[in-house]
Amino acid sequence: MIGVLSELSYWQVTSIRVVAGLVAVLLVAGTLVYAHLFKMVSFMQSRLGPMEAGPYGSLQLMAEIGKFLQKEDIVPRRADRFVFKAAPFVVLTSTFLLLVVLPGGPDAWFISNDLGIYLAMAVSSVSVIGILMAGWGSASKYSLLGGLRATGQLIAYELPLLLAVVGVVIQAETMNLQEIVLAQANGEIFGSGVIGNPFIITQFVGFLIFMIAMQAELTQTPFDMPVAESELVTGYMTEYSGLRFLLFFIGEFATAGVFSAIAAVLFLGGWYVPGLDPADNLLNVLGPLVLFGKVVLLTFLVFWVRFTFPRFREDQLQRLAWKFLVPLALANIVVTGVLKVVV
Amino acid sequence: MGLVPGLVKGLVVTGSTVVRTVFPKRGVRTLVPAPTKGAATVQYPHVKEAPPTRARGVIALHEGNCTACMLCARECPDWCIYIEGHKEKAPPRRAGGKPRQVNILDRFDIDYALCMFCGICVDVCPFEALFWSPEYEFSEPRIADLLHDMSRLSEWMETVPEFEDYESGSVAKQLKVPPT
Repeated sequence: MIGVLSELSYWQVTSIRVVAGLVAVLLVAGTLVYAHLFKMVSFMQSRLGPMEAGPYGSLQLMAEIGKFLQKEDIVPRRADRFVFKAAPFVVLTSTFLLLVVLPGGPDAWFISNDLGIYLAMAVSSVSVIGILMAGWGSASKYSLLGGLRATGQLIAYELPLLLAVVGVVIQAETMNLQEIVLAQANGEIFGSGVIGNPFIITQFVGFLIFMIAMQAELTQTPFDMPVAESELVTGYMTEYSGLRFLLFFIGEFATAGVFSAIAAVLFLGGWYVPGLDPADNLLNVLGPLVLFGKVVLLTFLVFWVRFTFPRFREDQLQRLAWKFLVPLALANIVVTGVLKVVV
Repeated sequence: MGLVPGLVKGLVVTGSTVVRTVFPKRGVRTLVPAPTKGAATVQYPHVKEAPPTRARGVIALHEGNCTACMLCARECPDWCIYIEGHKEKAPPRRAGGKPRQVNILDRFDIDYALCMFCGICVDVCPFEALFWSPEYEFSEPRIADLLHDMSRLSEWMETVPEFEDYESGSVAKQLKVPPT
């Protein structure tokens, strides 16, 4: 693939990457919305969900998008127009930027950067700015409260997220996501290299912390204080309608997909298929599908938790982050570091 | 850490509901997904559930019993009943008696766009002229068509179920005014 790409001109490579990025974001978000938000939650409540649009309601999302596009794009009179209008794009941009460092196969990547996971964690914080912009720019008390809650929550949970990743970085000895996948593919566990060494086994505590912090970063339900619909309408999204609301909506689910992909790369071995040579060209085709399967699996966990538990109170939410997850993550780093040196 | 068993139990509840819905037990539990069989709901326009006989669907008018006394219209919380009537002289019941005065009903409309189905009109009617019917499918594309006039309200009478004993051994509800 590298050989093919280097023969193409710049604009061809760029358009391939843009299409790949759009597919990776929109297709994943659409699949998650249909499979989990429409269907799985319905089954959890012993009902069927959408059944009319397309076979088993599979085209329901198209109908929803058509509905949102027809709606009027309302800007509140006292809103800060530019900030209000720009906010959803800032959130969505951070999602697309997260995708940049994700490897989908031995040669199927956008950029292979030694900063890798560091860049991803840094870029994921940008969405906080978008959310704060939305909360402030809407000139609405619900939006402002939602934005402030979101900021407090996202900053609190950014820390355990990052610290959970440090354990993986220590074990893989690199921050490059591609090399983290290779470290898992070439690694050995229990004296056997049959399944490589997926870090979920050695870094199980880190995996749990990462999933909990990810749930909070995505503001999914046990951590949905920022959009608490029973007290804040929909938090920072209250004043949005039509296309801009749709962008927030897509951003929410696309970010769930991309974060799950990062978790899959860090803990589940990414695109690697046990039994194949990590440099096999077949993995350039198979790899993205394998990664997608792992993303669906991890988002299933996220949405399972989302549709099971009630919402945390603000103080419980902060206590979980600062008093439990952060110390646990720090202990995980210490233990990982010691074992790395000793073993 | 004492929370963990409760958290796991919650996940098991939602997870097992998914399994029960997608793979319903038909004799034995098979791995063939059949959510349409497992779901507790029915797909309404295609499948219809019969409402209970005493369901409060729509209010029917027994025209002959109505004396245009206006009690229902006055008790209606959102004033959705419109009644007009006039008085007429009817021939005396017995030879040599005075002619009687009777109320003739000209108009009896219920605006179901306003009605909130509280049933107070049915309760206050002293002449057994208003009844609950379990029919519920009377939506209209135009809101003005939700105003049901006397003939439409009388048509609903055909759907009113027979009175049943409220409990075993109790006396069936007696109609105070014989139906006309």
